[in-house]
Amino acid sequence: MMAAALWRSCAKLRRNMPIYLASWKAPPSVFKSSKSEAMVNPTNEGIVCAPLDTLTEEEIMMKEMVKKFAQDRIAPLVKTMDANAEMDESVLQGLFEQGLMSIELGPEYGGTGSSFFSTILVVEELAKVDPAVALLCELQNTITNKLFITYGTEEQKRTYLPRLAKDLTGSFCLSEVGSGSDAFSLKTRADKKGDYYVINGSKMWISFAEQAGVFFVMANANPPLGYKGITCFIVDRGTEGLHVGKKEDKLGIRATSTCPVTFENVKVPKTNILGQLGEGYKYAIGTLNVGRIGIAAQMLGLAQGCFDHTIPYVKERVQFGKSIFDFQGMQHQIAQVATQLEAARLLTYNAARLVEAGRPFRKEASMAKYYAAEVAALTTSKCIEWMGGVGFTKDYPIEKYYRDCKIGTIYEGTSNIQLSTIAKCIGQEY
Amino acid sequence: MAALRALVGVKRVIDYAVKVRVRPGGGVVTDGVKHSMNPFCEIALEEAVRLRERGLLQEIVVVSCGPQQCQETIRTALAMGADRGLHVEIPAPQYESLGPFQVAKILAALAKKEGVSLVLLGKQAIDDDCNQTGQMTAALLDWPQGTFASALTLEGEQLTVEREVDGGLESIRLRLPAVVTADLRLNEPRYATLPNIMKAKKKKIEVLKASDLGVDLSSRLAVQCVEEPPQRQAGVKVETVDDLVGKLK
Repeated sequence: MMAAALWRSCAKLRRNMPIYLASWKAPPSVFKSSKSEAMVNPTNEGIVCAPLDTLTEEEIMMKEMVKKFAQDRIAPLVKTMDANAEMDESVLQGLFEQGLMSIELGPEYGGTGSSFFSTILVVEELAKVDPAVALLCELQNTITNKLFITYGTEEQKRTYLPRLAKDLTGSFCLSEVGSGSDAFSLKTRADKKGDYYVINGSKMWISFAEQAGVFFVMANANPPLGYKGITCFIVDRGTEGLHVGKKEDKLGIRATSTCPVTFENVKVPKTNILGQLGEGYKYAIGTLNVGRIGIAAQMLGLAQGCFDHTIPYVKERVQFGKSIFDFQGMQHQIAQVATQLEAARLLTYNAARLVEAGRPFRKEASMAKYYAAEVAALTTSKCIEWMGGVGFTKDYPIEKYYRDCKIGTIYEGTSNIQLSTIAKCIGQEY
Repeated sequence: MAALRALVGVKRVIDYAVKVRVRPGGGVVTDGVKHSMNPFCEIALEEAVRLRERGLLQEIVVVSCGPQQCQETIRTALAMGADRGLHVEIPAPQYESLGPFQVAKILAALAKKEGVSLVLLGKQAIDDDCNQTGQMTAALLDWPQGTFASALTLEGEQLTVEREVDGGLESIRLRLPAVVTADLRLNEPRYATLPNIMKAKKKKIEVLKASDLGVDLSSRLAVQCVEEPPQRQAGVKVETVDDLVGKLK
């Protein structure tokens, strides 16, 4: 019956189509992309589709809890962690205690058993306060846990998942000196010696290498096969021959460590292969596709956090006898940034909802990540300008957001790579 | 030891961070305004959860009186560790005039109905700042009361409550059943963890009406008016100390 009502209203709409728009409905075969339309599923009475930012009761509670946790337990440490380039132990511990490091992991492994969308909300809320902490949570949830859940053997799941929910962090080792966006060219090798593989090579820009207890190492076990030889190995921190180098001195997200990791004859049993031999590249790409939505959420939270710090000041600051918010030139700039923030939020939420609905999301994830990173760069830059001199000092948190946002256009696929991915998808649609 | 059960009141109030605005035509603006659990209720609940964790309580029942949205507050309480919730649904027009006396009558009736030995409440709510509900509940039940608790020890049926008074600390001993109201320094409430938020979904919330409890909600108070505080006037600079003294006199 619902469907019938829907159809009737659609028919009505068509009849009321103004003449000047008539050309739009003329030749559908020409304009329509090959992508199929979303099926309308009228679940609620009268509401065909709820607004994208509609949250369930538990999502609201989680959001509130994370907000409070971030305000009370992280905010007071942000400045010191940034200055010392060191993540405070209590923050990491807090993330574990609150169940933020195992959001989608089932309760049977000690996890929360929640949804991907909750992860996105958590990352966004954390990033409002500290994008570095948000990254820690994002990587653990969208990469480390996801790799184990999706591709791990029962044995691997039993060994690692309960610890990942309790006190263990993971680190994903893909990039190398000569292999960044071009993951095909990675040089790290894994040579088979009986029941073991011996890994040799070096990795660069490895997030959280300093704290990580377990590493996912992408190494080629069959170089003649090219990328089809790339295999993902699980390597424990204590393994002989694994060295974590000196951490980089970075522009932003300084509280997270980024280190080179080298492998010198690291012996790994073949039971430590994640999933199938030679499938590593596929896993990496699959995980990063989802991870991009997490990065979009991080950039979105970052921009919103920066904006939220700035607007009250702009309303308070008086020049020429009125608050600078009351100048139309300022209002238009602020409105423009706020609109782009809203657009980035909708892109991000929709990409996350697509993942949950089990529909293709590669293009939308890239769009969300690309756009959120651009919006974060614009927002933080504008916020510093609106704040004036104080925005340029370290007494206010604005300059930190400005530094932190730059990584958004670089990691988990640069902005250019996102655009290439989007274009590739469009190419396939027509 | 008999299995003890506690009733904890959790009030839904306008969040402490919200700038409260007066609504033209009476009251304050509540539509689209963020609400959360009254912080003192949070402290009372935390204390109950700690008592249960030490094995001194068997069950924690939380109650909230008000419109449908109160269930969010109850759900938060369940995520913090309460076992089940009671929602005494009070329609919006009646909720406007709901005061400490009406709530105390509901709490007293529930305390009897549920057979609890301890009623734990916040000392006051941050919206109306009445600070009366706990005292009235104790009077209606004819139970001893320990108000403004800053520490609480439970041994069997004996309850020792430390209260902050002007001259220092006052310790009083009560025999259960009793009513205790929580002060700020009693404890620091926990955050509900994500797994507990998920578990809270499965806990039960029973919806009741005041009439089910035989409670008459009519109020004998009438609100005359609600006004914004007067705008602060700009100060003046004084030139000399004498001027200042003159102004102060």
